[in-house]
Amino acid sequence: MAEKNTPPKGIQERMERNIWGLLIVVAIVLSVGGIVEIVPLFYLKSTEEANRFPEIVWNRDAPGSQPIVTVNEQGQEQWNWNPGDGVRPYTALELAGRDIYQREGCYLCHSQQVRPFRDERERYGHYSLASESMFDHPFQWGSKRTGPDMARLGGKYSDEWHRQHLREPTAVVPESVMPAYPWLDERLVNPKKMQRHMKGLRVIGVPYNDSDIEAAPALLEGKTEMDAMVAYLQVLGTMAKLEPGVDYRE
Amino acid sequence: MEATADYSAERKYDFDVVRWFTIMAVVYLVVGAGVGVYIASELAWPFLNFDNPYISFGRLRPVHTNAVIFAFGGCTLMGTAYYTVQRTCGVSLWSNKLAWFTFWGWNAIILLAVITLPLGFTQSKEYAELEWPIDILIAVVWLAFTFNFIMTIANRKSSHIYVSNWFFLGMMVMIVYLHVVNSLSIPVGLMKSYSLFSGVQDAMIQWWWGHNAVGFYLTAGFLGIMYYFVPKQANRPIYSYRLSVIHFWALMFGYVWLGAHHLQYTALPDWTGSLGAAVSLAMIIPSWGGAVNGMMTLSGAWDKLRTDYVLRFLIIALAFYAMSTFEGPVMSLKTVNALSHYTDWTIGHVHSGALGWVAGISIGAIYHLMTRLWHTEMWSEKLVNVHFWTATIGTVIYVVAMWVSGIMQGLMWRAYDEYGTLAYTFVESVAAMHPYYAMRAVGGGIFLIGAMIMLFNVLMTVWKSVSAGSLREARGPTAVAAA
Repeated sequence: MAEKNTPPKGIQERMERNIWGLLIVVAIVLSVGGIVEIVPLFYLKSTEEANRFPEIVWNRDAPGSQPIVTVNEQGQEQWNWNPGDGVRPYTALELAGRDIYQREGCYLCHSQQVRPFRDERERYGHYSLASESMFDHPFQWGSKRTGPDMARLGGKYSDEWHRQHLREPTAVVPESVMPAYPWLDERLVNPKKMQRHMKGLRVIGVPYNDSDIEAAPALLEGKTEMDAMVAYLQVLGTMAKLEPGVDYRE
Repeated sequence: MEATADYSAERKYDFDVVRWFTIMAVVYLVVGAGVGVYIASELAWPFLNFDNPYISFGRLRPVHTNAVIFAFGGCTLMGTAYYTVQRTCGVSLWSNKLAWFTFWGWNAIILLAVITLPLGFTQSKEYAELEWPIDILIAVVWLAFTFNFIMTIANRKSSHIYVSNWFFLGMMVMIVYLHVVNSLSIPVGLMKSYSLFSGVQDAMIQWWWGHNAVGFYLTAGFLGIMYYFVPKQANRPIYSYRLSVIHFWALMFGYVWLGAHHLQYTALPDWTGSLGAAVSLAMIIPSWGGAVNGMMTLSGAWDKLRTDYVLRFLIIALAFYAMSTFEGPVMSLKTVNALSHYTDWTIGHVHSGALGWVAGISIGAIYHLMTRLWHTEMWSEKLVNVHFWTATIGTVIYVVAMWVSGIMQGLMWRAYDEYGTLAYTFVESVAAMHPYYAMRAVGGGIFLIGAMIMLFNVLMTVWKSVSAGSLREARGPTAVAAA
């Protein structure tokens, strides 16, 4: 071909005649947007509100010793954390519930992210903060509200309401289009598996200590998936105590 | 038909793998759309969940998205990329064996997805649900596909690399970036892992993936298809070379930024969301440039639309491309997004892109391929026309239903009564959606019927080719052809 012997005119033609040049330039051009938008989120202090408002995150009095919750010899739960003390890792039971929330694809119909609008404040509560999901691997903000937002669900309904609702949603909300989850009552949570999950999360930065992981089997003894799910739903949005007048976000 | 040219192509290039990808694409179109219609019906008539974990909405929805994006879209992309790269470079594939590896590998991934997703194994990141062992398999097969494609171009006989191949290449490289970064996770079991990232960073990375799965996999790749198949089917050169250069580079640079517009008003810092929205708005220009470039290729030959049903698919696809690339930037504006986000409007937008643009351009390309690969006319041209109308009408019904329900949801959620309290409870908005959810299921059902007609027509065409020996004749002993 005669064309092949004519020298290329300009960068564009050079690339059109050289696959390796085209590959390298395309690879560079494609990387820019992602680098600019993602990398700063890891180091800009303003991203996590906890940098300005440290009280959002729970500060364990004696790190490395106290578990979040444990079960005493009488079989009662003993908490070293109280609602409003700040964002903390999920307990073994809540984490089991969160695993089920992921497994059943709840995030496909329920968001966990309240936006700073008047109607959302009245319907759901305080707008969500980035630091509230700092231990959420992966995030569960969702993209669709076929059902209502879950970010501030904790404490709004009783445990029993949640159980009935999950077993048969239309029993408590007649117009609901949510599927029923009767199988959650029939399955037990596996403590060994949950300890493995907690250890995995610790590797990637979730601050579980040894006592949290040791406390898991007692906490999960005889617990069904329904118990786990309810525990997770009831803690959503209740960890940090957010003051109404404060501008957490710039 | 230029039978002789097709015969020599048949003998020169590796078309067997293209044939199999093409057939599987049509099969997966029916499967993916079928699951879609089922889950749409679950939302309209919830008893269809049957209290059965394996078919409940939350587990089937990823089956639908994965089937249409990766099974249907993936087979279409791989088939058309292998076809286009051979024809535009004038050489056979660098490795036919590696191409077959990608065929079996990709189909194995699809099979694993169909088994594991209903079982509840998921990373719970939209369109990236598959668990870590499958993610590794995807990376291996995708790199093999990319490598084979690049090496075929490196071997080319033509002096310049054709524009379709730029788009395919851009898609391949970007999907490597996106898939690898977004899937980084810590395995805690054979089929369970947690994302390496958390909270706001994880959200941004997910939507960087999410929007670029749309922008590259479902747009750049299918633009590669458009730039080859529209000029071929119309039998005219592409309208403007300059426009395609601008279209390409603007898309490669710009699309990457858009993910942030999925997180407007969330806990993602405002600068990121606004940046995403600003670039989104600017993307109207190259997108429309591309749509115009495709459509104007027909300039002076518009009458072909009256007789050429395949061309109709390709051109209506470009019309949907233009419409959804206008709608998208509008929805990324903060004021519009405040209303549209979390509603069915998003679902409507996605489907005008997915059914109108992606499926439209793919279906057009597949009908074109059928005649070239099996060396015969379609079994029924009439059924192609029937498919065209069912696909178009089904898509329009679907999209209109979701527009109405989406905007209604958005307005109901923010409505106040005269006392200054919220006018509707959430569940009132759910109840109000019922007619639109039913309408959506009907629209999807009409589209599905069209897809089934296509599968039937495609299989009958293969049967016709086999019984008439068309493909055998095309392959023929080279000696006979030479004589």
